[in-house]
Amino acid sequence: MSVILIMIPVALMLAGLGVLAFIVAAKGGQFDDLDTPALRAVFDDDEPMPKNEQHSEEPENEDE
Amino acid sequence: MVPSVDERGSGDEPMSGIPQDNSECLCDHCGLVVPMGLFESGEERQFCCNGCKTVYRVLRSAGLEGFYSVRDAVDPSPMRAASTGGAYEELDDPAFQKSLVRALPGGEVEVELLLEGMHCAACVWLIERLPRVAEGVVESRANIRRRTVCVRYRPDKIQLSKVAQKLDRLGYAVHPARGGEAREIRLREDRRFLVRVAVAGALAGNVMLLAIALYEGEHSGMSPFWQTTLRWYSMVLGILVLLGPGRLFYRGAIASLRTRTAHLDLPIALALTAGGVWGAMNTVRGTGEIYFDSLAVLVFLLLVGRWVQHRQQRSASDSVELMLTLTPTSATVIDDQGQSRRVPIESVEVGMIVAVGAGESVPADGEVSEGETELDVSLLTGESRPIVVGAGDRVTAGATNLRSPIRVCVQAVGESTRVGKLMELIAQASAQRTEIVRFADRVAGRFVIVVVVLAMGTFVYWNIAEGIGIGIEHATALLIVTCPCALGLATPMAMSVAMGRAASAGMLVKSAAAIEVLAKPGTMILDKTGTITEGRARVAVVLGDTRIHEMAAAIEKHCTHPIAHALVDSCDTDLVASQINQTIGQGVQGVVDGVFVKIGSPEFVLKDTESNDAERWVDEVIALGHTPVVASAQGIGVCVFGIGDQIREGVVESIKELIAGGWDVRICSGDHPEIVRRIGNAVGVEIAEGGVSPEGKAALVARLKSDEYARTVAMVGDGVNDAAALAAADVGIAVHGGAEASLEAADVYLADMGVFPLVRLVKLSSKTMRTIRLAFVISLSYNTIAAVLAMTGVVNALMAAVLMPISSLSVVALCVRSWREDV
Repeated sequence: MSVILIMIPVALMLAGLGVLAFIVAAKGGQFDDLDTPALRAVFDDDEPMPKNEQHSEEPENEDE
Repeated sequence: MVPSVDERGSGDEPMSGIPQDNSECLCDHCGLVVPMGLFESGEERQFCCNGCKTVYRVLRSAGLEGFYSVRDAVDPSPMRAASTGGAYEELDDPAFQKSLVRALPGGEVEVELLLEGMHCAACVWLIERLPRVAEGVVESRANIRRRTVCVRYRPDKIQLSKVAQKLDRLGYAVHPARGGEAREIRLREDRRFLVRVAVAGALAGNVMLLAIALYEGEHSGMSPFWQTTLRWYSMVLGILVLLGPGRLFYRGAIASLRTRTAHLDLPIALALTAGGVWGAMNTVRGTGEIYFDSLAVLVFLLLVGRWVQHRQQRSASDSVELMLTLTPTSATVIDDQGQSRRVPIESVEVGMIVAVGAGESVPADGEVSEGETELDVSLLTGESRPIVVGAGDRVTAGATNLRSPIRVCVQAVGESTRVGKLMELIAQASAQRTEIVRFADRVAGRFVIVVVVLAMGTFVYWNIAEGIGIGIEHATALLIVTCPCALGLATPMAMSVAMGRAASAGMLVKSAAAIEVLAKPGTMILDKTGTITEGRARVAVVLGDTRIHEMAAAIEKHCTHPIAHALVDSCDTDLVASQINQTIGQGVQGVVDGVFVKIGSPEFVLKDTESNDAERWVDEVIALGHTPVVASAQGIGVCVFGIGDQIREGVVESIKELIAGGWDVRICSGDHPEIVRRIGNAVGVEIAEGGVSPEGKAALVARLKSDEYARTVAMVGDGVNDAAALAAADVGIAVHGGAEASLEAADVYLADMGVFPLVRLVKLSSKTMRTIRLAFVISLSYNTIAAVLAMTGVVNALMAAVLMPISSLSVVALCVRSWREDV
């Protein structure tokens, strides 16, 4: 039974570590936006850039 | 996938129909109908405007056509693209950048921008692919709730204005996110709140684990050593909860004592203190109940309730903040050499000359130095008719230029403009607004007194009967068992449920107090322009030849005047006009089909046309309360239009419903008294006042609120002219399309057109208050039963532990249940 004397502080320390990790995450801004990450999950991976039409620098000029 | 164009109409029927009827061919980008004039036969893709075409090309050249598949998967409804085509030069101004851009190590910088029109997953997807469209951009992170994007870029490779241009060409108009520091502070506050909840939760969980061991141990005969050990552990954790996250309630209680107002934090703090102190004493003594498990869970649950409410309120004010930023932030300044330059509005000074193009709004008060035009001042005064200004006339900031470019010599900027002074008035009114005593706090006030008296009675009785130890024990048990946990949960829970429901129905509630005020009928003052009416001119009556109507519309297509828009909207025509010649403030003339046509005020048109019919019709139109506009076509005849501000759809029914619900509905407007009275008659409102100045509106609200009438006043309006009244009222409600001042002053913002949302809001409010009252009844009955048991000394630790969470749970269940029901 006396093992509990050690285990309770250990368990509390583990819980403390969890809280600490949460605080670090919250201070780092990980919980600032709870909506957008949910949407990101539906995106597919990006396709590679088309080879023939490389990054035309000023596409908006086409209409000016 | 992008629907193929083959299934749609081809361009074989040239100019046979009007664009609106051409529902066969839809824009490949935005899904709107492609106007016939822009139909390109033989092209695979069709676009409704150059904006859409540009966006499509930008996307394709960057290999981002996947946007369409994401969009079609999540939200296939057509959405207007908001590309403005602006150059955003003002963003490169060093002074502007200093407050906007944050430097990061490695030569990169970070900037936060507000985007108009970001609304779904496809938008997020597209915006986050900005690095592929704009070289030099390292990363782009969107936030859908706040409609912002955080862009990291290399300033040596790309200018901020170019970044903004790219975003704009993708269809999202860009606005700098102002007030960065205030937002930073709020963000930190939010994080602290979340940490508080987490700490309380973790501690409460561990105290509960220990409590389970203790309860179980009581039955199975735990040795005193272990009991003492576990009790000491509980005490340490419990005190940590009280001193850490629980500090919030002590702070509230102290503040409420200092201001001598009742607040729910007071009984909570009382119970926490009594439980904490007595629990600690019992731990040291080694006998009796320790309470720390209940206290820890109590603090945790209360914090969760408040956090949920806090989040709802924050998201509503974030959305309103976005609206606030949608105002011009730059002006075109003409320097001594006659060169024009876009600068941020902050750097405009008195004595400068600014150019105001057609469709732009005047950035500062001043005198017209060059040009002649008509201005729409309805936002400022509520006057629905445009005013004519020429060189030497004074103009005020916020007016919209309707016709031709003017130059204005600036005489007042910022706070010294008329708008600035009105804003000051708003700030004053907001500061004076008496915080209504919340229902929960009113109950709490009596609650504290009752509980304290009962506790003292219990103590005295048991002290005499059984001695001081028992007396303290039973009195403390009473204080803890009657802690208004459910009471404290009910309000935030029900309020946040209501605010969430309101937000999903397009009503953003900034303060929970608004819901409480709207639950009981009082006086509701409605503004006319933009609230009851659409706020823009419409053709209400047409008397005379319809062919002339078409010709008039053809000519007015070339004008930007509101009456011109009204005429164009009222009639679809294929006729083409030429030789257009406008006379400011009077009318316009041109040639259609070889016929000379003149449109304008009766004096302007009829001075060289003789027509008895026309004069009779003009009188008829005036009698109906509309503004007469006459069109004459040489050799054909005349036609008279009655132009009026159309009453919004459903307003009559909504007002009827409000009146039936016991509201005293009035109209108060800055427009001409005659027009206001007529509108009042039309919608069934008896008291309709016109010609009221912005200051007059605020005074009216104050008078109704004063002792003479002592009514709760809800003010509904849209313009700067209503803002002071909105701030002065018990609840200010800004309607769709309102000016920024009105949004700032209001407690509620209706994102949908018309007054109908009002009816819903009123219903939702009274329903929410019913839920809260019911929750109070339930939790008070629990508390009463518990109090009786505690006073008689029957209550034991187990009972208290079971009773407390049950009352909280039933309250939460009640609030969540109300979420599911329809309003």
